Parts: sequence; C-alpha cells; structure tokens
Amino acid sequence: MLKLSGLITVLTTIGIIWVLFSESFSFFKEVSLVEFLTDDQWTPLFANKRFGIMPLISGTLLTTVIALSVALPLGLTIAVYLSEYAPNKVRDVLKPLLEILAAVPTVVYGFFALMVVTPFLKTIFPNISGFNALSAGIVMGIMIIPFVSSLSEDALRAVPKSLREASYGLGATRLQTAFKVMVPAASSGIVVSVILAFSRAIGETMIVAIAAGQQPRLTFDPFVPIETITAYIVQVSLGDVPHGSLEYKTIFAAGMTLFVFTFILNNLSFWIRKKFREEYE
Amino acid sequence: MSQTGHKIQSKNVDVFYGDKKALSNINLDITPNSVTALIGPSGCGKSTYLRLLNRMNDYIDTFSMTGEVLIDGQDIYSSKIEVEELRTNIGMVFQKPNPFPKSIFENVAYGLKIQGVKDKKLIANRVETALKQSALWDEVKDDLKKPALSLSGGQQQRLCIARALAVDPKIILMDEPTSALDPISTAKIEELIFELKQKYTIVIVTHNMQQAGRVSDYTAFFYMGELIEFDETTNIFTHPKEERTQNYITGRFG
Repeated sequence: MLKLSGLITVLTTIGIIWVLFSESFSFFKEVSLVEFLTDDQWTPLFANKRFGIMPLISGTLLTTVIALSVALPLGLTIAVYLSEYAPNKVRDVLKPLLEILAAVPTVVYGFFALMVVTPFLKTIFPNISGFNALSAGIVMGIMIIPFVSSLSEDALRAVPKSLREASYGLGATRLQTAFKVMVPAASSGIVVSVILAFSRAIGETMIVAIAAGQQPRLTFDPFVPIETITAYIVQVSLGDVPHGSLEYKTIFAAGMTLFVFTFILNNLSFWIRKKFREEYE
Repeated sequence: MSQTGHKIQSKNVDVFYGDKKALSNINLDITPNSVTALIGPSGCGKSTYLRLLNRMNDYIDTFSMTGEVLIDGQDIYSSKIEVEELRTNIGMVFQKPNPFPKSIFENVAYGLKIQGVKDKKLIANRVETALKQSALWDEVKDDLKKPALSLSGGQQQRLCIARALAVDPKIILMDEPTSALDPISTAKIEELIFELKQKYTIVIVTHNMQQAGRVSDYTAFFYMGELIEFDETTNIFTHPKEERTQNYITGRFG
C-alpha cells in the first residue's frame, strides 16, 4: 500500500515532466529557441505573433524582487527577534500566528492587493496604474514573510547556545551577538530560506494574475501593468485557445521555463543545506 | 591584597530559579591573583555561583537573587552597572570549546571589535599577545586565517582562552574547561592556568578532584546549594573540617 502511494507520486511527477517536455518540444519545432530567448515581444495571441519569453521573465523577476525586498528585511528581523529577544511565551504565540500568513488563500491576497494596496499606493504615486507590479509584489512579499522568518528562526535556533554565551561573555550586546555571531553562524540555513522564498515567489500565480495585469512588457517599471509567466499560463488556460494549436503549446514552453527556474533554485537550496550542514560537532 | 588584583566578595547570596532555591546564603571572598576551585556534585550550585559573577544567569527567565556580589567593592547587580562593560573585565571559558565559526584571528579579535576598536595594528598585537599567553601562538601563527573549527579540541579550548584574554580582563571564570578534553590537552590547560594566575584572578569549576588539587590555591566545596567549606586547597584536601567535604573528596559520594 505504502509502496503504491509512493509509486503514484513518482509516476505523477514523471507524467508532469513528460507532458511538459513533449509539448515544449513540439513548440520548439515551430519556434526557434533563439527567437524564444531573444525576441523582446510576447504576443502569441495576437495576429502578429511574437514569441519572446523575456517580457514574461522580466515581469516574473520584477514582482519577485519586490516581494523579496519586502520579505527579506522583515522576515529576517522577525526571525532574529523571535530567536534572540522574545521570551519563550511570546514566541510560542507569535510564531504560529505568523504562519497563518502563509495559510491565507492567495486569491484573498490578490484581491487585497487590487482593492486595498493599489488604491493606497495611488495616494502616494498618483500615476500608478490600476494593475501594477509594485502592489502585487508587496503583497506577495507579505505572504512569503513566514517562509523567511520561520526557516531562518529554525536556523538560528540550531546554532549552539554556547556561541551566544561566548559572545555575551566577551561583553557583546544582544544586537551585536545576533548580527555578528548568530546570523553568520546560521547563514546557510538563512540562505536556504531565502531561496525557497524566491522559488515560492516565482511560482506564485493568483496574486499576480489578479493585481499585476496581463500585459507582457519588457520593463522594470513597477508602476505599469506587466505579466508574469504564471499569470500568462492562467490567461491562456481560461481562454478559448484551441487544443493542440501553437498558442496552446506556448503555455508549456512558458511552464517549462518556470520549471527550469524553480528546479535550479530548489536544487541550489538542497545543495547548500547539504554542503554546510555539519559545521558544528 | 595586591594592587593588580580584583577581589570578589559574595554576601548572603540566595539564588532562585522560579520557586526552587539553587543557592542559599553564600558568603565567599575570593583572593586576587589566585586560583579558586569550586567543587561539588552535579547540581550543587557551583556553576550557578560561577555564572553569578558575570551575570550570565540573567538570561534565564526564572532567575532571581538576593544578597550582594561585589567586585572591587562594587555591587555588580546594582542598576548602575553596565552588564557589557562588566563582562569585558571578566573573561569566561566554557565547558565545551565554543569558538565562533570564523577564522582563528577573528575569534581572538572579536572582543576588541565589538568594543569598537578600529586600529588594525593594535588588534593584531593584542591577538598575538593573547595567543602567546594561551600557548597557542607557535601552533597557529602561520594559519591565522584558517577556520577555528579546524583546530583540535584542545587547541580550540586554548583559542577560547586567548579570546577571553584579548579584551584584557582581570578575572577569568572557567566552567569545567577540561571536561571535554584528553589528558594531554588537559595538562596543557592546567599549566596555562598556573601561568595565568600571576596576572589574573581565576575561578574554576571542576568535577575533577585531582585537578582542583593541582591547580588551585583555594577550594570551595558546594553541596545542595550551600557552601559547606572554603579554605586553602591544601587544608581542604588534607584536613577538611566537615565530614561531608571529607566524604566527597575521598569519593564516597558525588
């Protein structure tokens, strides 16, 4: 029974990768890889079809970078607070509370970005579009805070207590101890948490589909509508593109690109974890 | 009392962890430029007492105390005391070697750097002096950039001693500093303790009776949170006044 369920998981994974590969393969029979990687327009659904993935990648990276610049400082500060400052009782309440952030359905976040954050941003930047990368990125950042804070806090707590005492014993303050000893000692775990958050942000779909717009655009301007890889896949899946057509195959090529990104990131984090694990003892 | 020494006095000290009394009515005067060994069975309060002297117990949520601990006549638990400044005068060496995952040099330089010392030459000099004092210099002088964790256990512990010495403390607290080391490394550390007492006041917790006998000038025997007997080490080991001390040092319990 256990064997069977394990087998089902493996077969499903193989199936997904197979479909992804074979459909992408037939896509690349019609569109050259060079065009795919170098063209600066992505317009498969228009009369004048262009197949440059870069606008989707730039949109994806833009929202991801915005999300990380929200989630990193906040997540790391929270992790340091929880592990170095907070009394046990506070941590026991705060940590599960934070993890709720990751449990909120992403469609709710998307709606929140569109209906609350964007209007608020409009009061600061009047020329911001109704759909934009900034709002989606910020809200996505809030969503992935617990990824960074929880995993980083685990990494900090895995650092032997004796290092903290050694630092205090030399006259270091809590702040000095946290940032000069604990964070560096936990750095591999913290990097892993960041990479996983990165990977999560790249694959996030609902928030960007709702709040960032659906206009593939090779830009790093956070105020205008863009489209991410994931949002494009949603757009095509919901439309009436005929099965088996070239337009239909584009979502597999896009999906393949996304898969390559997250695959590299996850393996990177796995490698870092393995390489730097037994630093103590 | 010599001029360079720093005397530690404890007056009617009680320590509690929550409702549990860990130390009860401790009165103990530690002589400058000497080695004082704290002995007693596990859980007798000797480590708690040691950690009282540099306020390391402050981080335990349930810790509380009454009475006074004076260093050079100053109550270190008074609100006027800056804990960080106090600790720069009191080095601490722990049970297990605990070098930071940094280079050998950075480990020894750490205390100075957090004090805001920027002068690179001064730091390099102090690092060298401290490593020489801890008898590690000749073994590591060509590898200062190597990770501290690549050293052997005994070397790591001497590195930790050098790290404590680099900030120029007056008092050194040692919490079973050789319990994780082999006999040869232990002998080296004991030799070092003997050297260091010329300049420093040393308080050492040890489980090892022979060690207490070898390195210390004074010995305090703790039992169940009380200070049972405190005297010159030779007296404690040859004619203890208390039967419980006698029983403990001869290995009848503990």
